[in-house]
Amino acid sequence: MHDKVHVRTTVNGEPREFLCEPRQSLLECLRDILGLTGAKEGCNDGNCGACTVILDGRIVTSCLVLGVEAEGASITTVEGIAQGTGLHPVQRAFLENAALQCGFCTPGFIVAAKALLDQEPHPSEEHIRAYLANNLCRCTGYDKIVRAVQQAAAGQEV
Amino acid sequence: MKWFDYAAPPTLDEAVALLAANPGARPLAGGTDLLVQLRSGRRETGLVVDVKRVPELNEISYDPARGLTLGAAAPCYRIYGNPAVSRAYPSLAEVAALIGGVQIQGRASIGGNLCNAAPSADSIPLLIALGARCRVQGPAGTREVAVEEFCTAPGQTVLAPGELLVSMHLPPPAPDSGARYLRFIPRNEMDIAVAGAGVQVVLENGNFRSARIALAAVAPTPLFVREAGEALAGKAVNAASLAAAADIARQAAHPITDMRGTEEYRRHLCGVLTRRALEAAVQRAREAR
Repeated sequence: MHDKVHVRTTVNGEPREFLCEPRQSLLECLRDILGLTGAKEGCNDGNCGACTVILDGRIVTSCLVLGVEAEGASITTVEGIAQGTGLHPVQRAFLENAALQCGFCTPGFIVAAKALLDQEPHPSEEHIRAYLANNLCRCTGYDKIVRAVQQAAAGQEV
Repeated sequence: MKWFDYAAPPTLDEAVALLAANPGARPLAGGTDLLVQLRSGRRETGLVVDVKRVPELNEISYDPARGLTLGAAAPCYRIYGNPAVSRAYPSLAEVAALIGGVQIQGRASIGGNLCNAAPSADSIPLLIALGARCRVQGPAGTREVAVEEFCTAPGQTVLAPGELLVSMHLPPPAPDSGARYLRFIPRNEMDIAVAGAGVQVVLENGNFRSARIALAAVAPTPLFVREAGEALAGKAVNAASLAAAADIARQAAHPITDMRGTEEYRRHLCGVLTRRALEAAVQRAREAR
């Protein structure tokens, strides 16, 4: 009873193991145990999307996943989005469009937008807005975020 | 969150045995309601039983003669991503895509929506309209429960301690049938229904052969308004018959006033949403020909 659990995962392509309490969220495990502080704790109840990561190919709010549920899973966090030493087209487009103000929501938006473009390289504006509806920007900079995703999609054509 | 233990049994028998041996244990599917409730202190448990490794709870299988078996833990994205579901039950695919955002749909299940038993649950009125039945497994064996009898109060269900919702079973869609769930929310995405209406109609020679109508967020549980559907049987499809059924639904609602809407507003919405959902379901039934 009350033992920590040994969890084996792949994080950003690397095998990672950690010990966690069953009650710890995947977000806590990533941030506090593995030191990956890119995913942010906003609302901690699945509404804001700041903690978005890719879990076995699907975006999830990592505050609503237990660390122990990640046993055997493959996880991509915002730290794993860049390609080698170069930025991912979504990251570059966020910079070029100044698609962030305070920046707290940005890791979640980057991960979600990357997942969208992997699945649908040429999304309509409506599709982008619907797909990103689970990501909130408290600075309300949505137009620039949507434009950045559109630009990243256009840039991917080459 | 208070400490709990965690188990992820690979079989249905082991899951039920764990639930039965640990009073107060909670099954975990997508966790999008349970983890929020445990974190906020609204629920407590000593043991979380992750049921996502149990094959029966992940099943999505459709047979034109037998209908759809929908595992209780199957996440929404697998439901709307399933070609057979989209073809045979487009209204169910729509509801799975309506609940939460993409992140939530990657985890949340229709079975969890049912077991959470929120009066505003979006999937339950449609499951009632589609005539779904629940397969429940407990220490004493298996039983079946009609979806309209599953929820007993806000957050409460017919599940006895140790019992687990395994799957929902939907009969095959009748010829010339159509279904639709509509809700009202004051924004475009990701909100809790102020009111909702799920309907299914079966047409015959241009008239209604039968209909089933259920409402969301206007009673302590999702509300099956049997008499509203029965009033349509044998009637012509026209403005008068739709208005009569919508009026019965409106009168059956007994909503509360809260921050999302007043009692009067919600009752009004029941009439409007029932009529519009019936129109959409009729259209779908005609297009299915």
